Amino acid sequence: MTVHAVPAVGGLARGTRTRRTLRLPVIAFVVLMAVIFIAPLLLPSPTAQNLDNILAPPSLAYPLGTDQLGRDELSRVVSGMRLDLVVSVLALVVPILVGSVLGAVAGWYSGKVDGTVGVLADTVQAFPYYLFVIVLAFFLGAGVVSILVAVAVVAWVSYMRIVRAAVQSALQQDYVRAAIGAGYSDWRILWRHVLPNVFKQPLTYAITDVVVVIVSTATLSYLGVGFAPPTPELGAMVADGQQFMGTRPLLTVAPGLAIVIIGATLAVLGNSIAHRSEAS
Amino acid sequence: MTRSSWAQRGVRALAVLILVMVVTFLFVHLVPGDPGRAILGAQASPSAVKDLDARLGLDQPLLAQFWTYVSGAVRGNFGASVSQGVPVTELMSGRLWPTVALIIYAALLTVVLTVPAAILAATRRGTAVDHAVRIGPLLGLGLPSFWLALVLIQLFAVKLGLFPPGGYGSTPWQHVRALTLPAFVIAVSILPFTVQSLRAAMVEAYDSEYVAAARARGVPSRRVLTRHVLTNAYIPAVVVLGLNIGWLVGNTLIVEKVFAVPGVGSLLIDSTLSRDFPVVQGLALLIAVLVILTNVLTDAARVRLDPRLRRPSAVAR
Repeated sequence: MTVHAVPAVGGLARGTRTRRTLRLPVIAFVVLMAVIFIAPLLLPSPTAQNLDNILAPPSLAYPLGTDQLGRDELSRVVSGMRLDLVVSVLALVVPILVGSVLGAVAGWYSGKVDGTVGVLADTVQAFPYYLFVIVLAFFLGAGVVSILVAVAVVAWVSYMRIVRAAVQSALQQDYVRAAIGAGYSDWRILWRHVLPNVFKQPLTYAITDVVVVIVSTATLSYLGVGFAPPTPELGAMVADGQQFMGTRPLLTVAPGLAIVIIGATLAVLGNSIAHRSEAS
Repeated sequence: MTRSSWAQRGVRALAVLILVMVVTFLFVHLVPGDPGRAILGAQASPSAVKDLDARLGLDQPLLAQFWTYVSGAVRGNFGASVSQGVPVTELMSGRLWPTVALIIYAALLTVVLTVPAAILAATRRGTAVDHAVRIGPLLGLGLPSFWLALVLIQLFAVKLGLFPPGGYGSTPWQHVRALTLPAFVIAVSILPFTVQSLRAAMVEAYDSEYVAAARARGVPSRRVLTRHVLTNAYIPAVVVLGLNIGWLVGNTLIVEKVFAVPGVGSLLIDSTLSRDFPVVQGLALLIAVLVILTNVLTDAARVRLDPRLRRPSAVAR
């Protein structure tokens, strides 16, 4: 077994290989985005009912068949992908900003500030992710806003920890020590010197985190919070299709697979980007 | 690990515990409008709402309510369920065992699936097997537990009849059969974390000088794997499993609900849906305390498992 004995191959060889491994995930991502955002414009409306043609099997006109109200399943799945993706990306805007700011502050000023932020983060993480999201969303009342609030309350913690660690390690670097020595203000050093060097890490993590948020949005909608019935949302579609599992399994399988496809594309992309920035 | 750092951790865990109590207490007050109204619905008479508020103590000042809650909770009294009238602790204890069994089963399955996958990947690094093991868990990240559960029920319970479609059964053998699919779904949800961490730790061990030295001495590769690589690599994987216990428990809620396992998780979701506040508070607090305890135990286990951490002075890092 001599697989591991290649430490000498660094530099160029490794660089070209990682660049090549990034190409496939990027292509997959671009194709997926094109499908998600262009296909709904070409397909029939996801809410147009045709009660003469309910629960139809797949056909040329309806590639995935129709649901219990005669709506085009393919159109609903694609619209659902777009909805879940957009909502999940938006849901992360506030937690990324809040988490990054808190992380920068906690990493820069250690001691009491750090301790306080740490205790807050530990408190959030003491609750299992889904417990917190489900209880928050249900008690706040059904609706998209509840999902956004629930995700924001939980998701900032990861960004805080990532940025905190990044700022702490930046503090050891010569360029930051030089800036401190030059007498710049804390704010200026954080904004002009530290931030440009660390901002990629939370953003890279966010690509994978979107996957987690998409799954929780779908889970909440499956359980009955979130999007109201006519809206094509993937989790709600699974819940709708469940009763026809024996005769029309596609109505359950297709929306779930759609989540898996978005998730896989984003997770692989995020992972490849993270690996590349580690290598460089 | 020094004594003062343990004291620091203790203080921090205590602060977290207090905040957890505040948060679970505030759950009820998140509900827009009157909690009694939310439980009874729009048709209930104002006097019935008032009665229920009084019964739950919601007509008291906020601080008094908090005091009642905390002093009850530390004595193990979480009040009574609104919908069933039974004390919350009684409801809980009846539901505890299926959940405990499910979590243990899921953790065992996780280990059984993680170890061979990570060994295959780390010993055949850069091959197709390695890529499959690295990409597979990434796909699992976007796999919704509720959906995987539905698909497996359809395939293995309805079509093939190998397992019951849900429930818990009444004999030990029935328990095992009923919990196999749920435990598998939970294991799949945390495999992405465990496989990646064990593989990474093994790869690091394989790159180390002590493994190179062992190979140079002519130690057979099987022995290098078991004695040198795994003994060093399993500790971070155990820590990752421990730190993700919250994630595991969170998925247990959903999986129990879909498989209709009569456990704590389905009780919590059902109580949330019916706005049975005392049950939700009690269960959330109990689960959060267990997660905090697990995290502390994980920390302790890391020190126990890794002899280097027991004598901080000897660590040459």
